Amino acid sequence: MSEEPRPYTLVAELTYRCPLRCVYCSNPTDWVGHADALTTDDWLRVFREAEALGVVQLNLTGGEPLLRDDLEPLVEGARRLDLYTNLITSGIPLTRARLAGLKALGLDNVQVSIQDVTPTASDRIAGTRAFERKLEVARWVKELGFPLTLNVVLHRENLDRVADVIALAESLDADRLELANTQYLGWALVNRRTLLPTREALDAAREVARAARRRLQGRMEVLFVTPDYYAEFPKACMDGWGRRFLVVAPDGLVLPCHAAHTLPGLAFDNARTRPLADIWHHSTAFDAFRGEAWMPEPCRSCDRRAIDFGGCRCQAYHLTGDAAATDPACSLAPAHALVEAARREALQPTAEITYRTARATERA
Amino acid sequence: MNAITSESRPTLAAKARLRWDRQTSRYLLLYPERGLVLNPTAADVVQLCTGEHTVGVIVDRLAAKYASQPREDVEREILAFLAQMAERGLIRSGHE
Repeated sequence: MSEEPRPYTLVAELTYRCPLRCVYCSNPTDWVGHADALTTDDWLRVFREAEALGVVQLNLTGGEPLLRDDLEPLVEGARRLDLYTNLITSGIPLTRARLAGLKALGLDNVQVSIQDVTPTASDRIAGTRAFERKLEVARWVKELGFPLTLNVVLHRENLDRVADVIALAESLDADRLELANTQYLGWALVNRRTLLPTREALDAAREVARAARRRLQGRMEVLFVTPDYYAEFPKACMDGWGRRFLVVAPDGLVLPCHAAHTLPGLAFDNARTRPLADIWHHSTAFDAFRGEAWMPEPCRSCDRRAIDFGGCRCQAYHLTGDAAATDPACSLAPAHALVEAARREALQPTAEITYRTARATERA
Repeated sequence: MNAITSESRPTLAAKARLRWDRQTSRYLLLYPERGLVLNPTAADVVQLCTGEHTVGVIVDRLAAKYASQPREDVEREILAFLAQMAERGLIRSGHE
């Protein structure tokens, strides 16, 4: 694929509202201040503009996208544009009839999140009773002929049950299993001391996933997303800033990643007031971290600068206070000691958790 | 997973969808969170993976279309391509 920035995927965050209160939610901690501002017609226009720019994949997500009453016309409009449309959902609140309706309208794939393999453990992380309903929804997904992606966020409390997670995914006949280690941003950063696993637990889980990937090849895609806190080098966050992804937040802000609006000093445009193509090609915020001119050392002269693009800008800002710093997850980063300190904290875990809430202080 | 042979009647997996890309004038094979850019021959093969045709028939059709290539070469290439796609879960052999 060409090197010119082209958005292939539009992440449409239809709302930040959600019936779950997951302790690692990637929505901003001030989510309640970002109301749903886009109408059905606004979203349909965003989809058209995105498709014209080159987008072929659409992720309908949130928050919980099922809370939008206009999900049906949105799916219908997306399919009319021939976008590969993926619903990323907790599965709540949903009826089988509504799901069947979405299938008839052309929805391509359903991704259901499961927090763990038992009701108690799963509901503790979700902050609400949801586990049994989610399994039911996952079964409907397959019965109705959708491909099923099962997404499980991994952390200290479920990492040693990865084998059980895989067995559950097999029993549900999932087509794709995402074993996604927690990214420590948003609520997950608030809960890092509780969620960050030890290296030993992580290595063991990775081995289990690797064996399953070989065994299930061709039947179920098993993805293991390594946590960058234990990687030698940072990940190529969003495949690079403003290279392949467009995110539109519930309030209409157009972003290179779902947390970019937590960075200070960047003026993000709104999809209601400026065409997407103009934002993608000409906005200062999208250009801020494109290319290499913004990079500090050691990134600027590093052989990996075109591989990982200096890592995650949000992680750099939330850990060091400087969005243009080398991602501290990188072993070469001047601020890498911050990540090493977090790893040491993982050796003295706590069970205290802060649920996602409108107030940032609710304790379990 | 069953191996793909000349007798298989391959089908595109439920999760995969072919889409014409105006920007590159190529077909993309889209599936959850991913996409593959197909060359014209690969796109021809995928379009024939409907479960109706055997690999043998697909090879005949493409060998006729690309007459400069010996049939054995076309067959070898198509079998290798389909095996790769089956490994990714994008093509079913039709034997399951």
